Amino acid sequence: MTNQTQIGEGLTQLELAEAIRASTTEVFSTMLGLELAVGEVFVEKEEAVPASGVVSIIGLAGAWVGSGSLSCSAQFACKMAAHFLQEEYSAVTEDVLDTVAEVTNMVVGNVKTHLENRLGAMGLSTPTVIYGRNFQTRGARNQEWTVVPFSLDGERMCIQICVVPNPDGSERSVRPGFPIPRLLTV
Amino acid sequence: MPNVLDVLIVDDSAAIRKILQRVLRQTDIAVGTVYEAGDGAEALETLRKQKVGLVLSDINMPNMDGLELLTHLRAEPAWQKLPVVMVSTEGTHAKVLEAVERGASGYVRKPFTADQIKEKLVGLL
Repeated sequence: MTNQTQIGEGLTQLELAEAIRASTTEVFSTMLGLELAVGEVFVEKEEAVPASGVVSIIGLAGAWVGSGSLSCSAQFACKMAAHFLQEEYSAVTEDVLDTVAEVTNMVVGNVKTHLENRLGAMGLSTPTVIYGRNFQTRGARNQEWTVVPFSLDGERMCIQICVVPNPDGSERSVRPGFPIPRLLTV
Repeated sequence: MPNVLDVLIVDDSAAIRKILQRVLRQTDIAVGTVYEAGDGAEALETLRKQKVGLVLSDINMPNMDGLELLTHLRAEPAWQKLPVVMVSTEGTHAKVLEAVERGASGYVRKPFTADQIKEKLVGLL
């Protein structure tokens, strides 16, 4: 359960969860024509990703730093691409991975816009997408992820964000500059 | 031959390029060739070879972002009046203002509806 716990000055877990919910439902209804059911929000020490499927990760840097990710099954990813591109997909292709990356970019990007009005400027990296079986992801720091689960026709998708005030206290670098591969298939 | 508008779509997402191309074809605008570029540098390369009447560009892209692309375009006399619409997840007032100051002709925030793109283009062209 999320609560009014402060993540840092100016942001609670509840506010972050609400920003994720609002952004995700807007992106899915506007660009995919899909209405998602929202599950119960929770907080995890480690990123809550499935053991197999598709995970898309995007970095945030600036006044606050962290990451956002979207994780779902291969079937859910194919359904997203079918609605986004208006074509049928029965397997995870380049188009499907590109759709997951772009949806992550829009969802996390809109959360970022919502937050930076109050917290200061942030930049967004390009997304990295991982597709495979039996993998784990782990953040370099032991920080908490605010996880918002969504479901559609019995399939589950999670959007999660881990963000903290920049320990350097600097807004100089608002563009996460690390070059990361666009697609990575495991 | 009727007047047709050749368009350049600049976005690092192939999915977004595909969607924007579909939306363009649904408008009343007579769209001719639609060129695609994955970043600002590729866009400049295309524009040096092809004459287009409209550019739709993302902001956050690798190599050269959309704002840098705008700066290059407005510095070149041949491209100073070329309509350039930014289509981006960046939605803060400061970012929109920065795009306008650098010479953007319009701004559409992602996520967008087909109608929002159409309205922006009808008002512009």
